[in-house]
Amino acid sequence: MAAWLVRRLAASIAIVWAVVTLTFVIVHLAHGSPCGQSDGRPVAPETCAALIRRFGLDRPIGIQYVKYLGALLRGDLGESLALHRPVADALAEALPNTFTLTLTALVIDFALGLALGVYQAARERRFGDIALGNAALFVNSMPTFWLGLVLLLLLAQWLRLFPVGGLRDLVLCPRMDSLPCLADFAWHLTLPALTLGLVGAAGTARYQRAALLEVVRQDFVRTARAKGLPERRVLLVHALRNALLPLVTLFGLTFPFLLTGAVLVETVFAWPGMGRLAVTAILQRDYPVVTAAALIASVMVVLGNLLADVLYGVADPRIRVRAT
Amino acid sequence: MTEPLLRVRDLKTYFVTEHGSGTARAVDGVSFDLYPGETLGLVGESGCGKTVTSLSVLRLIPEPPGHIRPGSFIEFAGRNLLTLAPRELRAIRGNQIAMIFQEPMTSLNPVFTVGDQIAEAAIVHQRLSRRAARARAIEMLKLVGIPDPAQRVDHYPHQMSGGMRQRVMIAMALVCHPKVLIADEPTTALDVTIQAQILELLERLQAELGMAVMLITHDLGVVAGSADRVVVMYAGQVVEQAPTPDLFARPLHPYTVGLLASVPRLDAPSRARARLHGIPGQVPAASDWPGGCRFHPRCPYAWDRCREEEPPLLDASTGEPGSHTVRCWLLTEPQRRTGRPGS
Amino acid sequence: MSVWNWLAVGGAAVLALVAVAEIRRRTGTGSSGRRFFRHPSAAPALFVLAFFVTVALAAPLVTPYRPYVQIDITRLANHAPSTQFPLGTDPFGRDVWSRLVYGARISLGIGALAMLVAVTTGVVVGGVAGYFRRWVDATLMRLVDVGLAMPRVFMLLMVVALWDHVPLTVLVLLIGLTGWFGTSRLVRAEVLSVREREFVAAARALGAEPARVILRHVLPNAAAPIIVSAALGIGNVMLLEAGLSFLGLGVPSPAPSWGNMIADGWPKMAVAWWASTFPGLAISLVVMALNAVGDALRDALDPRKETA
Ligand SMILES: Nc1ncnc2c1ncn2[C@@H]1O[C@H](COP(=O)(O)OP(=O)(O)O)[C@@H](O)[C@H]1O
Ligand SMILES: [Mg+2]
Repeated sequence: MAAWLVRRLAASIAIVWAVVTLTFVIVHLAHGSPCGQSDGRPVAPETCAALIRRFGLDRPIGIQYVKYLGALLRGDLGESLALHRPVADALAEALPNTFTLTLTALVIDFALGLALGVYQAARERRFGDIALGNAALFVNSMPTFWLGLVLLLLLAQWLRLFPVGGLRDLVLCPRMDSLPCLADFAWHLTLPALTLGLVGAAGTARYQRAALLEVVRQDFVRTARAKGLPERRVLLVHALRNALLPLVTLFGLTFPFLLTGAVLVETVFAWPGMGRLAVTAILQRDYPVVTAAALIASVMVVLGNLLADVLYGVADPRIRVRAT
Repeated sequence: MTEPLLRVRDLKTYFVTEHGSGTARAVDGVSFDLYPGETLGLVGESGCGKTVTSLSVLRLIPEPPGHIRPGSFIEFAGRNLLTLAPRELRAIRGNQIAMIFQEPMTSLNPVFTVGDQIAEAAIVHQRLSRRAARARAIEMLKLVGIPDPAQRVDHYPHQMSGGMRQRVMIAMALVCHPKVLIADEPTTALDVTIQAQILELLERLQAELGMAVMLITHDLGVVAGSADRVVVMYAGQVVEQAPTPDLFARPLHPYTVGLLASVPRLDAPSRARARLHGIPGQVPAASDWPGGCRFHPRCPYAWDRCREEEPPLLDASTGEPGSHTVRCWLLTEPQRRTGRPGS
Repeated sequence: MSVWNWLAVGGAAVLALVAVAEIRRRTGTGSSGRRFFRHPSAAPALFVLAFFVTVALAAPLVTPYRPYVQIDITRLANHAPSTQFPLGTDPFGRDVWSRLVYGARISLGIGALAMLVAVTTGVVVGGVAGYFRRWVDATLMRLVDVGLAMPRVFMLLMVVALWDHVPLTVLVLLIGLTGWFGTSRLVRAEVLSVREREFVAAARALGAEPARVILRHVLPNAAAPIIVSAALGIGNVMLLEAGLSFLGLGVPSPAPSWGNMIADGWPKMAVAWWASTFPGLAISLVVMALNAVGDALRDALDPRKETA
């Protein structure tokens, strides 16, 4: 187990290193342009020279690369061009919001997806299964941000059940320190998390249904029925426990999906997270912020996959025992 | 004579296959009785419908594609299992009628300990507490001859050998002391030495617990030592049925004769023991049974009548009427048997 | 919208229906075709795709306006759906239906072309990795690991912003070049397994060029999963394009891509819901159809089910 974990960690670190190198190349390419033919906005020569000096672009590229790596290792993600502050600070502010959003969405995704998938598998090819299957396919095919817009229009603007965006009511709750303010925060969180979670849940349901139907055909399910167990127990205990194993793999795949969705959903709901930060930065060509966000997102995906692998080992007794 | 515990009459279980090859008549009019405390052997080559017959008894046929045809009748302790409400049926499954399967490797749930899986039926049917059920599971593991039962109870199936797992399956089936045990090829997937141990175990447990056993196998040799009566199946039908000594002394259906010829001799060298082919050809697909007598394409004695007309079960008993029945036209023209086969 | 436009739309629907019926008649005799159409949603999904393709090709016939025309910005902006404007007009006074139809050309075109780029790259990279093995394989597959670790949107965001206005061709290339990682893994695995089989050794012994032998045997074997993943991939690309366009980083603005249309209508969503809703519905419908076709293809082409 330990040796496997070390190997797995080494591979993850190598991937992150490759992503870092890629971001370096991109930043380099991007900073090559502001002095040159950046059409539209002409850049004053002194600004250009200042930029070049500031980013050490006059040094040999090898040195720049080493310095870049060194800075990253110290947690220095560079200086934002538009915000005039360290990128690390801006990200540190945005990340908790993104985490809250994606983790809430993850819970909705898996809880709802699991329930729907099990229900559909239990009613295989009957009306409930087919209707829900088509509905899930449709939701799963929507652009996430568009679903956000529709929910925003229906629930926030027309029915006024939810706020139209933002993190919290800044007038009533300048700081989040009381129970009503926490409730206000949850109220603001509901629509974006629901948007992200619903699209994910539709995919999870499809996956879970297939996994469960696969398990239901196996011999040990027949054994469980032969024991005289109620169908509910056969399905929810014997079959589901086995069908949850592939779900752990799905967990690893869900991370990139949620982060991708967060970029757009945060924009739609003015949710001050990493995705919105990156989008705003992009529109201002604020490269240090954009690449840092991409880097963080990749690290999260790599960690998510690592976590999924470890979870798989814990969840499956066949692996668990062999590994110890 | 006593009343039968399980009475199966004209059982028909068909599968509707999707890819156009039509309906598979896997079990097509099977009747037999199982008496309290006896061992009944159900014998036939692979694909004859033995498993489907046994699954039908507990209504474990996957539906769709399968279904038990109306007109079939399965009576257990005076009640028709085919019309029973799901709830009452569950009260019988695993409690009064239990079953063990051919594949010990895949028939146990990989994510639960064997103890939990044995205890489960006791918890559901006898309302035992978890603690009492665990004690019962250990007791059962000891009963089926697993060493260190107190440790083994917490093991997962993959930590055990095939023979061990089959013992666990047996423990699981017997935890509620059922009246009937259906054992579907319990030894086919196991090594020869383990096979003998498992059969011995079954025999001992039957004597101790006094249940009726339906022992399914493709090997008449397995049946010879343990069964009181034998039902021979071919192509979804019963082709011969007799008390074991009678069947071995006086096999009447050419199929039974062929099966007997392929019983491995225990004194033969082990390589030759593997499988001797007494019957040419193979069991046809269940969607495609031959007309007339279903065995006629493989039968050395077949003549015109066999190709055209399906024989009924004919009584060939020397003792009690109905104790030995055969589905073969040779019974009406016994002189053909002495003649050169195939003429 | 004139009577002629309506008739043309009806004609397109009939044409799509005929096309689907014809496909069904031609393939329905084979076992794959039968398995494909056994999916209850397969035929409707094909119809949706055929309809959008037909309408997109016949855009000038089925639409009353050119997509850029601002009909009368002062009086006809945010006009509700009516017989004249069946899907209403957007905040700039443009006919939503006309833009939707011309947008189908752009959105479907980007989806198909980017997927073509992705599949080609994936096949080439996977083939090269599987053929040369050793360090070539190791290098390429580590590259794939990296590609799969980076969420595609972030990758695209970083690269797309290198341009001030991304030309359409570059956009297609970029989307395609960030979408081949899975395909290459698939093809590589197939090449490696084909290599191991006897007929390759036999053909080699006869002096045949190994690359040609492998190519001839790999493609038919890998075709099924590639086609399935391509069908699902086109939908993914369309969603990606919509997202990028929505952020203002995709198709340059006045062009009527479906993502752009959602973005254009969004600020006035509260008063003119139709301008953003219909393009969103169109994307959802087409992507759903692609997903359904992908699912049906998976079942139809899965060789494991051939014997069942
Ligand atoms: N789920 C099923 N679907 C279709 N056909 C089946 C199914 N189960 C069994 N059959 C058919 O029923 C016939 C008898 O099978 P089975 O009872 O398993 O034979 P045996 O146990 O005697 O080897 C076989 O021809 C098989 O093809
Ligand atoms: Mg069997």
